[in-house]
Amino acid sequence: MSTVLILGATSDIGMAIARKFASRKFDIQLAARKPEQLQPLQSDISIRFGRSCSIHAFDALNYGSHASFFNSLVPRPDITICVFGILDEEELAFDNWTIAERMINTNYTGAVSILNIAAKYYISQHDGTIIGISSVAGDRGRASKLIYASAKAAFTTYLAGLRNKCFREKVHVMTVQPGFVYSKMTENQPLPKPITSTPAEVADIIYKAYGKKKNIVYVKWFWRYIMLIIKNIPEFQFKKMKL
Amino acid sequence: MKKQIANWGNYPVMESNEESFAFHEQLNQLLDEEGDFIPRGNGRCYGDASLGQRTISTLKYDKILSFDPATGVFECQSGLTLDQILEVIVPRGWFLPVTPGTKFITVGGAVASDVHGKNHHIDGSFSNHILDMDVVLASKKVITCSTRMNEDLFEATCGGMGLTGLITRVRFQLKKIETSFIKQKQIKAGNLEELIRLFETYHQYTYSVAWIDCLKKGEQFGRSILMLGEHARLSDLHEKQRQDPLKLPKKKQINFPFNLPSWVLNAFTVKAFNYLFYVKNFKREINNVISYEPFFYPLDAILHWNRGYGKNGFVQYQFVLPLEAKPGLIEILNRISDKGLGSFLAVLKVFGKQESIISFPMEGYTLALDFPIKPGLLEFLDELDQVVLRYGGRLYMSKDARMKPETLQSGYPDLGKFKDIVRKYNPEAKIHSLQSDRLFLTPN
Repeated sequence: MSTVLILGATSDIGMAIARKFASRKFDIQLAARKPEQLQPLQSDISIRFGRSCSIHAFDALNYGSHASFFNSLVPRPDITICVFGILDEEELAFDNWTIAERMINTNYTGAVSILNIAAKYYISQHDGTIIGISSVAGDRGRASKLIYASAKAAFTTYLAGLRNKCFREKVHVMTVQPGFVYSKMTENQPLPKPITSTPAEVADIIYKAYGKKKNIVYVKWFWRYIMLIIKNIPEFQFKKMKL
Repeated sequence: MKKQIANWGNYPVMESNEESFAFHEQLNQLLDEEGDFIPRGNGRCYGDASLGQRTISTLKYDKILSFDPATGVFECQSGLTLDQILEVIVPRGWFLPVTPGTKFITVGGAVASDVHGKNHHIDGSFSNHILDMDVVLASKKVITCSTRMNEDLFEATCGGMGLTGLITRVRFQLKKIETSFIKQKQIKAGNLEELIRLFETYHQYTYSVAWIDCLKKGEQFGRSILMLGEHARLSDLHEKQRQDPLKLPKKKQINFPFNLPSWVLNAFTVKAFNYLFYVKNFKREINNVISYEPFFYPLDAILHWNRGYGKNGFVQYQFVLPLEAKPGLIEILNRISDKGLGSFLAVLKVFGKQESIISFPMEGYTLALDFPIKPGLLEFLDELDQVVLRYGGRLYMSKDARMKPETLQSGYPDLGKFKDIVRKYNPEAKIHSLQSDRLFLTPN
């Protein structure tokens, strides 16, 4: 019986991933900053899928607590999925360091802190999987996502490095690069329907990619090519564009 | 996010700011914000009931809170849809106490419309099976209500089109089943007289409904197929079915990929469809044991079937007439047949008694028909309204996009009481919809 730990389980994608893995007979550990919000999801998963589902308090920004958090999990998860992240108003973040710092620390520093701990454990076991949900935004820096994109870029790079570090230890690291997703984070943005995914679709794709041990998966697949084009626009041109 | 929204009839369409919540705390934040709103589920009512400048969607508030397979008591958040409930309860030997003709509605919507099913004459409407529920008022106050607690709120919320508050949690009683199959009987009726006699003969059947070809005139006026059903017992199943008596039907859905041009539906094609529907039953009577899916949800197999009516959309006209008003039924069917405005199918059902202030069902015959939007249609429906009222009937708000406030007033004798309760719990009318504005259910 395998167990999945979901860090950031109150996010729309986190909840969808929890249901998806539970439907495939995984036991679920839900972790979030406000664990009391997770009780309905806990009962939902136990009733629908008959899986064991537990709730844990986890604060990405409280780095000092991460080791004791991970070590207190019983059993230790076979798969750790890092879903948490925040997207604040970029203009506000540019003006206000507190907001910018929180965005960087949630999306990058906090993720590195907890995944280092998970990775060390998996390396000691010579077994385990880490899945990090980054963003296509990290593939190229741009004005409208100044801080968010740079933090996600750092996270993407960290996951690539971690994959390289863990490979010989039989630990798999998967990077997930979602494009547009209908979620709380994007509720007030008009998104083009054909290239936007639902959280349930993201969860389906992640589950399939996990089965195939993919390294980097774009959600949906065509985002790989959209980002390929965007990455290849020459900088002298790119810097003039409004993106 | 601002977007164009419409309900199942694709009429009317409006721009709305749609917001959602997954946790109670997020709902409170939404309620703190400025701006009137109307709660919205899966948008499967037909007209303008859950439309407004700002809508609060319950679709992410969709968790199962408790389910006791020993007693069949089920509790969930309001955004959960019936199809998801069936997947959980059927394999454990339980069924929905009442289900409408689609399973793609939310529990909150089932309460707000107080939906009925083919078993209304036996089991009543959805609200008859609610043990208790939570309603969050515009003021953020949470009130638990039932037939024994805050009864006025309960009465005005069942069938109240979301105007009292946002339904967040519902606990209701499921129905025990031995198998997931339905023992079905289909009988052809040559005309309306015969159909009504058959309804009387078979009134003890739990489920009954008839599809009428409403374009036939003369002797065959009202020719129809009566569909009757009971939950099959284990002994009704053949050997193969018995291997997995609580089997879930396979998910196979065809998508209607685009809007059909509106000329496709005309008197000729509708006649042809109705003809095929009638003659496909070669024998006068068919008896078989089938999955619950085609029995309860024949149209759910085609996703977006509403696109068949074209991009102008359609209205579904559903009314109920008292049992003694059979001439009214004949008069209305005659007018529809004369007008030739076309309707794929007309669905006739007999309601049993119901005591409630704003729910649609009352003892009598209910008929539902689709009409594609065309010039002259709204005037014609106004004429039909007059006939319905003359015979002491009324219309179903969940299907409605066009009735006049007077029509509602005349059809629902307790409307004043309903409005008073809405005013009590929604005093600033922060909750209102396109429909409630049109029908003067909330002050404009």
